[in-house]
Amino acid sequence: MTSDTRAGWRPVTESVGSVRAMKALFLRDLKTAFRQRQDLLNPLLFFIMVVTLFPLGVSPEVSFLQQAGSGILWVAALLSVLLSLDHLFRHDYDDGTLEQLVLQPQPLFLLVLAKVAAHWVLTGLPLVLLAPILGIMVHLDGNSIGVLCLTLLIGTPVLSLIGAIGAALTLGLRSAGVLLSLLIIPLYIPVLIFGTGTVAAAGEGAPVSGYVALMGAFLVLAVTLAPFASAAALRISLSNA
Amino acid sequence: MWQLFHKLGSPKWFFGIANRLMPWLLLGGVALLFAGLIWGLAFAPQDYLQGNSYRIIFIHVPSAFLAQSVYIMMAVAAAVTLVWRMKLADVFVKSVAPVGAVLTFLALFTGAVWGKPTWGTWWIWDARLTSMLILLFLYFGVIALGAAISDEKSSARAVAVLVLVGVVNIPIIKYSVEWWNTLHQPATFKLTEKPSMPAEMWVPLLLSVLGLYLIFGWFACLRMQTEILIRERRTRWVKELVLAGRS
Repeated sequence: MTSDTRAGWRPVTESVGSVRAMKALFLRDLKTAFRQRQDLLNPLLFFIMVVTLFPLGVSPEVSFLQQAGSGILWVAALLSVLLSLDHLFRHDYDDGTLEQLVLQPQPLFLLVLAKVAAHWVLTGLPLVLLAPILGIMVHLDGNSIGVLCLTLLIGTPVLSLIGAIGAALTLGLRSAGVLLSLLIIPLYIPVLIFGTGTVAAAGEGAPVSGYVALMGAFLVLAVTLAPFASAAALRISLSNA
Repeated sequence: MWQLFHKLGSPKWFFGIANRLMPWLLLGGVALLFAGLIWGLAFAPQDYLQGNSYRIIFIHVPSAFLAQSVYIMMAVAAAVTLVWRMKLADVFVKSVAPVGAVLTFLALFTGAVWGKPTWGTWWIWDARLTSMLILLFLYFGVIALGAAISDEKSSARAVAVLVLVGVVNIPIIKYSVEWWNTLHQPATFKLTEKPSMPAEMWVPLLLSVLGLYLIFGWFACLRMQTEILIRERRTRWVKELVLAGRS
């Protein structure tokens, strides 16, 4: 056997690298989600409907909507992410895929990160893309809409990452939906405050780079810490079953 | 040190220690709290600006103080649960969470009662009030998750993860709420700038804070004993204890 062939030889049992596993899991989640298209649409419809409630329920006046618009959009986006979180691990938990994921040689927190990334692409990103239209409907000016989309772009991944902890903790429980909201909403408050605060600053013509940097800091913190907590919570929930 | 640590893992050992400790905690706590309250409510001088209404701080400050430190204690216990799987740490978290919630509510309630004559309103979306309200929500979350999982072991670890996630978030929530408040309204009410108190005011305050700590210690022991009895009801020592109590 020459050294060339030996270099090309791979043992059959060699495990897949972490990055490749993450990529495969990410693509698989996207693929399975696109087979249930209606499920993808529901959070978006919910987002639009909640935003519609505010002009009807509070006031359709332009001055009110201009002032409250960014807050309304942010709260609605937060709620629809919250609603979609139940799906994050549920299907994989029900059919046993999740147990296989936990048994993989790759670190679980990386796999969780891949799943959360897929979840964000399927729910957070469409919300960001939809936000400009709703922004026009609540009479935000062009600059504010741009900043709003930027804050949602940075903020929705944080919502998905923190939410994954709650979704993992409540996995397999009876009243998981309400409990999940109860656990997660207090943790969402900082993101909401800074998200709407940034848009308010933009509306007053103040520079927003500082606020955006702080939101970026939240994102970095969430990316680095939340997957560990979610992975720990997943192991606990699976040992419970 | 390590021997004590191992002993702490045994619910039976703790039960005995708690029995011996509790009378002292209760006695000291009641004595200090009564001294502090009576001194504060009846003998301390009036505030030159707020009159007598300021006297609610002798209840408000101790409960707010404890409401926050109970969560920190829970976080330490949660870390112990996760690292060493110590049963007693989880018993502590479960027994103390409702107490913390009640104390937080008490702090909010007494704050509202004080706010009515002083600020002219029951509630204001001030940074401190809001972050206490969020702390109350965190307590509710811990209680709800603990109640939702029936399996004892996974309930202990899930609650521990939640408490730790919460404790990481508490400073973030606190600072973001402060930032949010200063953005939206200038500091009309300076909660943080206390009038420099004379000793006749802060000594009774300190006494009541210490007293409430001791009473909390007594109450935590009592609740933990109850929880231990429920969990260990099938063990021999609990049966013997109950039988001895009956005769």
